[in-house]
Amino acid sequence: MTAVFKREFKSYFITPIGYIILAIFYAFLGLMFSSAYSVGSPDITAVISATSLISLFLIPVITMRLICEDRRQKVDQALMTAPVKLVSIVLGKFLAAFTIYALCFVPTVVFEIIFASKVKINAMSYIYSLIGVMLLGAALISIGMFISCLTESSAVAAILSIVINFVVFLMPTFSSMVKDVKYFSWLSKVFDKMAFMNAYESFNNNIFKVADIIYFLSIVAIFVFLCVRFLEKKRWS
Amino acid sequence: MISVTGLSKRYGSYLAVSDINFEIKKGEIIGFLGPNGAGKSTIMNILAGYLSMTQGSVTIDGYDIVDYPEKAKKKIGYLPEMPPLYVDMKVREYLEFIYDLKKVRFPKRPHIDEVMKLVKITDVQNRLIKNLSKGYRQRVGFGAALVGNPDVLILDEPTVGLDPKQILEIRNLITKLGKNHTIILSSHILSEIQAVCERIIIINRGHLIADDTTDNLSNKVSHEQTVSAKIICDEDKMIESLKMIDGVRSVTSMGKVEKGAYEFVIEPERGKDIRAAVFDKVVSMGKTMLSFRDNAVSLEQVFLRLTEATDEELETMLSTKEEEE
Repeated sequence: MTAVFKREFKSYFITPIGYIILAIFYAFLGLMFSSAYSVGSPDITAVISATSLISLFLIPVITMRLICEDRRQKVDQALMTAPVKLVSIVLGKFLAAFTIYALCFVPTVVFEIIFASKVKINAMSYIYSLIGVMLLGAALISIGMFISCLTESSAVAAILSIVINFVVFLMPTFSSMVKDVKYFSWLSKVFDKMAFMNAYESFNNNIFKVADIIYFLSIVAIFVFLCVRFLEKKRWS
Repeated sequence: MISVTGLSKRYGSYLAVSDINFEIKKGEIIGFLGPNGAGKSTIMNILAGYLSMTQGSVTIDGYDIVDYPEKAKKKIGYLPEMPPLYVDMKVREYLEFIYDLKKVRFPKRPHIDEVMKLVKITDVQNRLIKNLSKGYRQRVGFGAALVGNPDVLILDEPTVGLDPKQILEIRNLITKLGKNHTIILSSHILSEIQAVCERIIIINRGHLIADDTTDNLSNKVSHEQTVSAKIICDEDKMIESLKMIDGVRSVTSMGKVEKGAYEFVIEPERGKDIRAAVFDKVVSMGKTMLSFRDNAVSLEQVFLRLTEATDEELETMLSTKEEEE
């Protein structure tokens, strides 16, 4: 797992992708910070939660190459004939992508310190919103990675993941749309459950629910599992 | 070391490999032969644990590849047809990645140095793989297979795309490694298999059609193990005398080849060895023999005959010899 993680993490900085993602993220965070700072509302939670918008586009860019690139270059033969379990290969890749995502939030530490120098802050709310954004990211990364399993082109993987992310983000809207429709109101509940944002929002409101953590972690587990099964199936068919 | 029983692989409705059985003992060098699309690469991929079989089983040193994949794969070094390389890595970096991936226990630096020396890539160790030529990439792939010093090496067309000098180097390396490794090798270059392998498995259309030593295989298909002799003599007289030898079926003169010397092709009756008798006869006649050689059927001929033969022909071809034995 560590070998795959190391290689995958390094690969983000061999190609410019890693730098581009970090640059866009940092620029965006800086912008959010400066606007929050200048209007005199030192609320780090707002800064962090605003990133979910660009995560929609950037996470697919992080995950698009994860698995399909190996298959295109036929390097998967080296990975799959090595004495390692498939699940550790998949987890190594997942963790590499997740580390890149986590690195995107490093500047928020600086922001929080600056805010702290100005007003009294609630450190717990910072930690909650960080946990929230990490869980949300992990879920989206696992989905992106699974999409990368399905295709052999990283461009297709990226586009498909962006579309799926949009659908996931629009779930609350879909839910309210079908709420009053006859015979279909039950769908509203289903859509609500599939809306990551509902679970995510509670972290931003300083509500710490174990159920929400389990919700996100089980999404990660499901898609990692699907990835492994999919690769396994490729082997048998 | 390797045992394959009832191995079949189906892609959808297409049967790529059908009921293959063979055993490979420790230290053997086996050649896998077959035309394109015969199923060689599929079998090798299954042996290496990249693909799974539809039916049958593969055990590597007692470990079933499906039940104990990690233990079995630990014993295998695999070089696929297209070496699997991360082209954006440097050579040493890539080998170190493979080292970590295979969880090798040897000291890292010396082990990788040794592998690079063996496949002669030490001088390109700090270059990006994408800037290397095909020959070097092939060698990096070979090096990756050797990392961890596995007991079994599976090499899928290791010399394809190399220049003659590189081919010779790789061939020498394989012979050298063969002393303490079990090697399975596939190749289109039949002379290479003949030079390196002790035993050959011929695969055609997914079926195993022959599994024998290189020499036996040549004999099996050749009913006419003729000998050629170049003798200084009188043509007609010599033909007469040679025909008198017990076991000689026919003698053909190829005409005058040198001053006063004629070449004769002598065909024995099936299964008879007439070489000693022919030589003695010529000597007893007081004639000078300039050259004397076996016209052994080359592997190319064996290969073409076996792979082009229909099933019926094949059966008679292979069974007649067994009856004789």
